[in-house]
Amino acid sequence: MAVLIITAVIALFPMYWLFANAFTPISGTPPLTPILVPAFRLDNFQRLLGGTKYYANWMLNSLIVALTVTAWHVVFDTMAGYAFAKRRFPGRNVLFWILLSTLMIPIHVTLIPLYIITRRIGLIDTLGGVILPGTAVVFGIFLMRQYIQTLPSELEEAARVDGAGEFRIFWEIILPLCKPAVAALAIFTFVRFWNDFLWPLIVLNKAQNYTLTVGVANLQGEFMTDWGVIFSGAALAALPMIVFFIAFQKYFLEGVRMGAIKG
Amino acid sequence: MRRFIRKHGWSYAFILPSLLTFTVFVLAPVVWAFIISFQEYSLARGGAWVTPFYKNYVTAFTQFGGVFVSAIRNTLVYTLFTVTANILIGLILASLIQPLSNWLRTFFRAAYYLPAVTSALIIGLTWAYIFNAQWGFANYLLRLVGLPPVRWLSDPDIALGSVTLSAVLTVPATAVVLFSAAMGSIPREYYEAAELDGAGPIQRWWHITVPLIKSTTLYLVVIYTIASFEVFERIYVMVPSGVGNSTQTIVTQIYNNGFKDLNFGVASAQAFVLFVMIAAVAVLQFRALRSDVEY
Repeated sequence: MAVLIITAVIALFPMYWLFANAFTPISGTPPLTPILVPAFRLDNFQRLLGGTKYYANWMLNSLIVALTVTAWHVVFDTMAGYAFAKRRFPGRNVLFWILLSTLMIPIHVTLIPLYIITRRIGLIDTLGGVILPGTAVVFGIFLMRQYIQTLPSELEEAARVDGAGEFRIFWEIILPLCKPAVAALAIFTFVRFWNDFLWPLIVLNKAQNYTLTVGVANLQGEFMTDWGVIFSGAALAALPMIVFFIAFQKYFLEGVRMGAIKG
Repeated sequence: MRRFIRKHGWSYAFILPSLLTFTVFVLAPVVWAFIISFQEYSLARGGAWVTPFYKNYVTAFTQFGGVFVSAIRNTLVYTLFTVTANILIGLILASLIQPLSNWLRTFFRAAYYLPAVTSALIIGLTWAYIFNAQWGFANYLLRLVGLPPVRWLSDPDIALGSVTLSAVLTVPATAVVLFSAAMGSIPREYYEAAELDGAGPIQRWWHITVPLIKSTTLYLVVIYTIASFEVFERIYVMVPSGVGNSTQTIVTQIYNNGFKDLNFGVASAQAFVLFVMIAAVAVLQFRALRSDVEY
């Protein structure tokens, strides 16, 4: 028990210290005796939101990116997962095998062609350029296929006998049955793209177009001496995911077990 | 044809959107990256084959006094320590929370998992603050016990160690959750039988728990190894300068060559070196899984 508590403290301390600093007024260099108990004041945050021109833009941009990519995956990964799990069609196994074989290819291999493609279609320095490659992550298809394979086929067949259209069968029967898997997929996709850094860093150039991670990484260059602003910027970027986690904790831990995330 | 469409049309319609983005943003780029790794590519003029065809791969290893070789070595050192620590810490913590009540188990799982939902970037920044030479928490601790301050992130002999330490001290959330789930699914009878035979708790742990969660261990080793091979954010924010190349890793090299020097051919060649390393890990996993334990 003692070991568990000590590790929990070590695990949480860096984040705690960040928040303690963020909620204590610091205008220049942080004090030499570390702040361990926050003053619960918002001075730093006020300067952050008042003094940095674009912090609110960055949050909005991250929200747009994460929501769009998540919506795409919830709908289209479920569709594809359903087709691969329940429907028979020529080429199914070959296509599935091709998708599967690319799973372990690191994104770093495709970065350069992706950059060239994004440039050619004129999406450099736009959110579209951040979003589009995000829709091509195939992991969700496997998650959904795996889950849908476990569902019974009777409802679907009964609806087909009753003359329901194929799309209606998917939308009104399959999708509602997939709720637990969809919840895990949605949560992990959202967190992953909210936290995404390397690709946005490459695509986005102008400060007002940054996503939150890219913006926060640049705060230090811009506010070299005002550590209060830097701390509060980092803390405010982490806060939504922490709240999100506490609210949906059950789905997160369930999702880890379904194999939805590494971390 | 019409019958074929009526029969299979919907199936293809269902996979079409995914297949389309997959082809444009994964499949084509992978093939293209392989081609570019044998070319000199400029955004204005396009690609031109290099001679000999493997020139970029040679340049990848020889440019700037062989910094890529150091980058691979740094990445492997980082990986070795991080993966070993992650697996051991994950295993120990999962074993310790196993006998607790449901409520406590969920509490600890959640506490350990919380940092994992925060972006690698913010975690890296936070550690950069802790290791700040002037006002960081690490040097404060040293001061408390009367030791001189350390230049954690600017001393080339120490910087890689500091970054690795920060990764080691970040609790391996996935490992705790997955180990804990795997342990929960081991039948109780095994332990009861062993207890009747007079096996102590440590013996039971070593002879029952550890062997029976082998496939989980293997899976975790693979995902942590791949993630460590790809380490970037942590390095990018903690030691942006590379500290005289002492903290260059494979991905920082790909990033520098590709997006700072616009040397696409060499960057692609380096990306394929990373790909081969990851593929090798995956093959090893596949081999090991064939001799798997069933229960």
